[in-house]
Amino acid sequence: MIEVKKLSKNYGDYKAVDQVSFTATKGQIVGFLGPNGAGKTTTIRMLSTYMPPSSGTALVAGFDVLTEACQVRRRIGYLPENPPLYGEMTVGEYLRFVGEIKGVPRAQLKSQIANVMERCFITDVRNKLCQHLSRGYRQRVGLAQAIIHDPEVIILDEPTSGLDPKQIIEIRQLIKSLGQDRTVLLSTHILPEVSMVCNKVVIVNRGRIVFESLIADLTRDKSLEQIFLESVSTDEVVDAASCVNQGG
Amino acid sequence: MRNIIAICKRELLSFFVSPIAYFVITGFTLLVGYFFFNYFSIFLRMQQMSQVIAMRGGQLPNLNQTVIEGVYQTMIVILVFLVPLLTMRIVAEEKRRGTFELLLTSPLSVSEIVLGKFLSLAVIIFVMLGISAIFPLLLIIYGSPEVAPIISGFVGVLLCTLGFASIGMAVSSFTENQIVAGVSSMVTLLLLYVIQAPAESLGGVGAEILRYLSPIDQMQGFVQGVVTLRSITYFVSMIVLGLFLSQRALDAHRWR
Repeated sequence: MIEVKKLSKNYGDYKAVDQVSFTATKGQIVGFLGPNGAGKTTTIRMLSTYMPPSSGTALVAGFDVLTEACQVRRRIGYLPENPPLYGEMTVGEYLRFVGEIKGVPRAQLKSQIANVMERCFITDVRNKLCQHLSRGYRQRVGLAQAIIHDPEVIILDEPTSGLDPKQIIEIRQLIKSLGQDRTVLLSTHILPEVSMVCNKVVIVNRGRIVFESLIADLTRDKSLEQIFLESVSTDEVVDAASCVNQGG
Repeated sequence: MRNIIAICKRELLSFFVSPIAYFVITGFTLLVGYFFFNYFSIFLRMQQMSQVIAMRGGQLPNLNQTVIEGVYQTMIVILVFLVPLLTMRIVAEEKRRGTFELLLTSPLSVSEIVLGKFLSLAVIIFVMLGISAIFPLLLIIYGSPEVAPIISGFVGVLLCTLGFASIGMAVSSFTENQIVAGVSSMVTLLLLYVIQAPAESLGGVGAEILRYLSPIDQMQGFVQGVVTLRSITYFVSMIVLGLFLSQRALDAHRWR
């Protein structure tokens, strides 16, 4: 599970992430939604222990991302925005390397590699060099890398970007199946993806959480699209309102 | 330990899949071979004239002094230029292509990453120097040099190269641009190589310090078969300093 409490990240005076709080429990697939530059990637980087937060805390799989980072790293699978591939390695060699540094026991390594290759539909490219893969395959190898050690928490930064429609459907199904007994945090800016794959949605804008709800709780008269548009433009509305008040 | 080996294995795979390692090793062997040939011809020429030299009371040519010392000292110069080519990509490339994010979010410590990478450099250096060891071996087989200085000199070159690699890796850890890493480490090593140049005119304690910092001065003992703790300390400190700086640089990367 993921428990984020008032997490902030400042770059100088600029607040990239401002007091973000939300939770994701086991069995939940949380859609992390927001326009470009909303602070999704920064939040995800803090949760994956790549960057320390400026203030606030976050528990991932029950461990603090700052003080117990190593415990967190053992339990998360993380796919960054750009799949972290080594171009000069074949897919098989690459997955073996990732398995080794993620601490997969030697005896299980081989079966685990075969298993994730099958789940991510990359068995047929296992002997290809990563640099020769198309964008869609790179993305899927990146996903395979994230789940090779069977992590409790999976964090995916725009996992379906660059895939063709058939691949998108396959990857969404995979994410759904992964989410059954794990926690998945999925960042995206594709609205329908959230309603199709996720069972909870968190919308961020300008570094702040502007909306958080279970998909099942969304009322029928308001679509996710409407909510998104409303919450993303809230700031402007408030600004406009204050302008009007001052004027009056 | 398993993590260090995993990092090292991956680095070696990259080195030998890309042509860099082959080019550097071939270039090194070629250059060392050429200088060996040169020094050896000088030695032969001196030997031909040995009677004249002896009559004038000069020193007789000596295989160790003319050939071995010359080749080992020249190796250091070549390494000043070639080691940066081996080390420039070692960390910088990871940062550029985003694999650094994978390493830092895996259950690895920064020290394990640094040691694994350094170990891979050490393996390449062993291979490279191992191949060029054929030249002194030829002398031992066909000539009658003193063997001890040949071995101690070789150990000196090895320690010096590891020191250079360690510094090159530290420089590579500070940037994500390979060319910047390569040029900066070449400049750093070249500067270190000529650091004792103003010693003569400076004099005093300053001169002593500059001489101590010079790898040529420290190598002198090794090639003459006089291995001192002082020189060993010098090269080991260079290695440790490079590793320490790399570790700091990678740790700092997180806190930006």
